[in-house]
Amino acid sequence: MLQDSDRIFQNLYGMADRSLAGAKSRGCWDGTAALIQRGHDAIIEEIKESGLRGRGGAGFPTGLKWSFMPKEVKDRPHYLVVNADESEPGTCKDREIMRHDPHTLIEGCLIASFAMRANACYIYIRGEYIREREALQVAIDEAYDAGLLGKNAAGSGWDFDLYLTHGAGAYICGEETALIESLEGKKGMPRLKPPFPAGVGLYGCPSTVNNVESIAVVPTILRRGASWFKSFGRPNNAGTKLFAVSGHVEKPCVVEEAMSITLKELIDKHCGGVRGGWGNLKAVIPGGSSVQCLPKAICDETIMDFDYLREQKSGLGTAAVIVMDQSTDVVKAIWRLAKFYKHESCGQCTPCREGTGWMMRVMDRLVRGDAEIEEIDMLYDVSKQVEGHTICALGDAAAWPIQGLIRHFRDEIEDRIKAKKAGRVSASVAAE
Amino acid sequence: MSTRRLAAEQPEHFAFSPENLHWAKGQIAKFPDGRQASAVIPLLWRAQEQEGWVSKPAIETISHMLDMPEIRVLEVATFYFMFKLAPVGSVAHFEICGTTPCMLCGSEELVEVCKRRISPKPFAVSADGKFSWEEVECLGACSNAPMIQIGKDYYEDLDAARFEALLDGMAAWSEGRGEKPRPGSAKGRFASEPLGGLTSLYDQQGGNAENASVALATGASPEPRAIPGGVAVMERAQRLLSEGEEPAPDSDRPQGIERPTDGGDDLKRIKGVGPQLEALLNDLGYYTFAQIAGWSRDNVRWVDQHLAGFRGRIDRDDWVAQAKALAAATSLKS
Repeated sequence: MLQDSDRIFQNLYGMADRSLAGAKSRGCWDGTAALIQRGHDAIIEEIKESGLRGRGGAGFPTGLKWSFMPKEVKDRPHYLVVNADESEPGTCKDREIMRHDPHTLIEGCLIASFAMRANACYIYIRGEYIREREALQVAIDEAYDAGLLGKNAAGSGWDFDLYLTHGAGAYICGEETALIESLEGKKGMPRLKPPFPAGVGLYGCPSTVNNVESIAVVPTILRRGASWFKSFGRPNNAGTKLFAVSGHVEKPCVVEEAMSITLKELIDKHCGGVRGGWGNLKAVIPGGSSVQCLPKAICDETIMDFDYLREQKSGLGTAAVIVMDQSTDVVKAIWRLAKFYKHESCGQCTPCREGTGWMMRVMDRLVRGDAEIEEIDMLYDVSKQVEGHTICALGDAAAWPIQGLIRHFRDEIEDRIKAKKAGRVSASVAAE
Repeated sequence: MSTRRLAAEQPEHFAFSPENLHWAKGQIAKFPDGRQASAVIPLLWRAQEQEGWVSKPAIETISHMLDMPEIRVLEVATFYFMFKLAPVGSVAHFEICGTTPCMLCGSEELVEVCKRRISPKPFAVSADGKFSWEEVECLGACSNAPMIQIGKDYYEDLDAARFEALLDGMAAWSEGRGEKPRPGSAKGRFASEPLGGLTSLYDQQGGNAENASVALATGASPEPRAIPGGVAVMERAQRLLSEGEEPAPDSDRPQGIERPTDGGDDLKRIKGVGPQLEALLNDLGYYTFAQIAGWSRDNVRWVDQHLAGFRGRIDRDDWVAQAKALAAATSLKS
């Protein structure tokens, strides 16, 4: 189990002093100028070496992403954009960083911006996080007053401005190009890639969009070294990670743990176990709403990291663990996600705009059992036609939970349809 | 996708309050020259905070402020779900998170309570005009499910009974009976730690009475500045704020002095004056409480126009009255 001394977010719950002085007492802003004096490329190399993979869902190597930025600033300024549009159902980890340990993020913004030769950074926080926005802005104000931001930030010789701005309730703005559109004052509709943001991003300038947690862990990685960070988790799945556990556990919580912890240990150690005991588990969505759910048989063996969950055709995503016990109507749980994606589709691509609504309506009938058995395959087929045929990944994200449901809980859907037709429950359900 | 249209009945007119206008210019100043459209969401949001919803005149006003075609602002207002395009309950609009993590923990019961006690349909205002509700998508507080948002605040760890108590509390508060219900966990959790005892970060306990969100809601925490920090922001804000404003004549400039040998008074004792403002004031030749205490309205206007990035602060914190009190206290001591 991860020791407290190895936790990056030392004030995750906000119980200790949240001010700049408090953050400094926990090691933030210690020798920041010296870290920066290592140079742009040395910082990027160290982050590459640490094996840090993006914490926003896709798990792309952060250092590699940074290295896509131009090596020189020419006619256009560089920007770092921090994606604080935390809206993936199940995910509530960045919220805790921003309201309770904001200086980890602010210092990370300075260092990451320097590494990518950016003199300005925008943090785009979801509109609903109003108190979190206020708390983060207070921390930014404090950092300006202390000379940690602005001209010659933290005495590093690098001029750096950090701005906080916000959205207004559109999940799609968590997609990096939609976020950039929104930040430019438009509807959040994703852009076609290429060009990628590192070439043409915010205001047409080279930009990198990173998740809050990815940036907030950077100062600690540089201070303690890539090898320290790599010592947690399996190879290619390095580091510590914030897990947000919700649903049917005794004590839902957000907690920092080592990568590659088993699902059972995570839930038993920090969440008081599954409601009614591990045997009462039915399914888990391990990485936020966009990944496929896993039935108990797989959960028994599950290791919480990128590669293991990818092998199960699911994903670590944002490490938002949604737990469902035996009392759950899992068809309805996935229907509610289908409704979510229908609501949040931006409407730009036809397969997604029409497909999310269609899938939701079929799911609605599956919940009631008011369908034909063949429609299960038809639903699967349509989900495959939405997947991969849209500009951004929202279409994929809408398809995957439904595919996971059909893969693992087809019996339950069929039983319900049969029961509805026969007017009674089938033998397999009645026997339970 | 949803179809969202403007309300049939619209007010004649919209204008930001002077305080909000000042704030809005600070937001615009965050973005590079020519990129003022980036401030459209913050400005629409402020308009909604001021009026309770986003009206057509508000959209028009903001489009002029940002030099955007009206249709572009209308697009934004109808695209983003947080903008209410028709009036909502005057006391509270309950936004019930209904996505799967909250649903698993009982959000449907909360919706039933809303239907029974507020109105059978979402967005319909209750008979007394005070309350309305809607089901919203994931609000990002899933470890504290089920939860709802009212205005700026999250009310977490609810169930039907606790939610009914919250409704009662809101109603009582609106009638002047009792305090506004405290946001945060209804089960007594501090934030998102496991209920009933920590499993990590044991050393961090005990420093604070409230988590950051609750502390801001109850006024126990400082609020962010209207004009955020940053040299570029301050310069742009200064320019925006002085647009269309008569510059105060130099004859209104209060008399400055040379730096006194003892360095003058500690101006940071005036609430709202930090090290940056003190340095600015010193640069202008103001070192003592007595000087500030003697400023006339014209003097205040001149100094205000010369406080880049801190416009409006003299009146907001009433420096003159504060300086009078501090000057009196200092002279008593000596």
